Amino acid sequence: MTDHGPIAIWVAIVLIGVATYLIRLSFIHLFGRIDDVPPAVERALRFVPPAVLAGLVAPALISVGPTLEATLLDDRLLAGLVAGAVAWRTEDMFATIGVGMATLWLLRFVVP
Amino acid sequence: MNADFRAGARDVLPVLLGVVPFAMVVGIAAIDAGLTPLQAIGMSAFVYAGSSQLAAIELLGESAPIAVAVFTAIIINLRMVMYSASIAPHFDDYRRRTRAFLAYFLTDQAYALSLTAYEADAVEDERWYYLGVATPISIVWMVCTALGVVLGSGIPDSWGLSFAVPLVFLAILVPVMKDRPRTVAAIVSGAIAVVLVSAPFNLGLPTGALVGIAAGLLTEAVRNR
Repeated sequence: MTDHGPIAIWVAIVLIGVATYLIRLSFIHLFGRIDDVPPAVERALRFVPPAVLAGLVAPALISVGPTLEATLLDDRLLAGLVAGAVAWRTEDMFATIGVGMATLWLLRFVVP
Repeated sequence: MNADFRAGARDVLPVLLGVVPFAMVVGIAAIDAGLTPLQAIGMSAFVYAGSSQLAAIELLGESAPIAVAVFTAIIINLRMVMYSASIAPHFDDYRRRTRAFLAYFLTDQAYALSLTAYEADAVEDERWYYLGVATPISIVWMVCTALGVVLGSGIPDSWGLSFAVPLVFLAILVPVMKDRPRTVAAIVSGAIAVVLVSAPFNLGLPTGALVGIAAGLLTEAVRNR
């Protein structure tokens, strides 16, 4: 639960919203063409999705425990690996979320 | 109704199936993190970019500084510079006000579908096809965020519903790891984020992302030599 007050949260929402809109508008406003983005910037931008998403996913699945066993046998990591395999095979968001949640519940509530 | 609008609305139907769970997770996660229902729905309207919303929600929920939440969301949305540049030539006949209106709806899905149709020469009026794709996405996005907000507050913690958040990211991440440089970027960024998980101000994520991007560029440079 957040410790931020309502005004701080609204400030964050508005700032992110304005910045995101300006990013969207950038080249549409400038009548740009794709070669207007400097090639070096374009190359770097292609790595934004994998880098950022992995930075979000990895800490949510992996929590380094006191032993290697505790780290590897974590229910979130195991469920995440199964979901990752489903994402690889199907590229389907429904299937990935469904199988991942089902695996987590199986490990939590069924497996002793 | 305009034929191009109808064609866009027809083409977007399968994509909406993916928007539904994503939007619901955003609504649920926002309530989980302590946002009010109005803030959750307001965020979907103002920001209208799911991955960045989820990241910001997670960081706000951990009481990270506002600046870190905003900065992280901006990094995530930087990819839209590419979309904006690539779709701009198709919009440059329109008036400035029209272009400003169209820009709001620029999402991964609206961009991908529209560009595909433009390049196949299947569209007469680019603006109407784009709006045919984008309008259903934005409606489903708002309605399903609200649905998540309503459902989220009634579900017990032990179900671990917030786990759906990293699963959403995982479902987007895996297909993005198309080649070795992008895979390296993901692994480096993920490893740094795990190691720096207790870093102050939640700086592990932006640090990992920046180093990961550098590692991807380096891998590509080495490979192309």
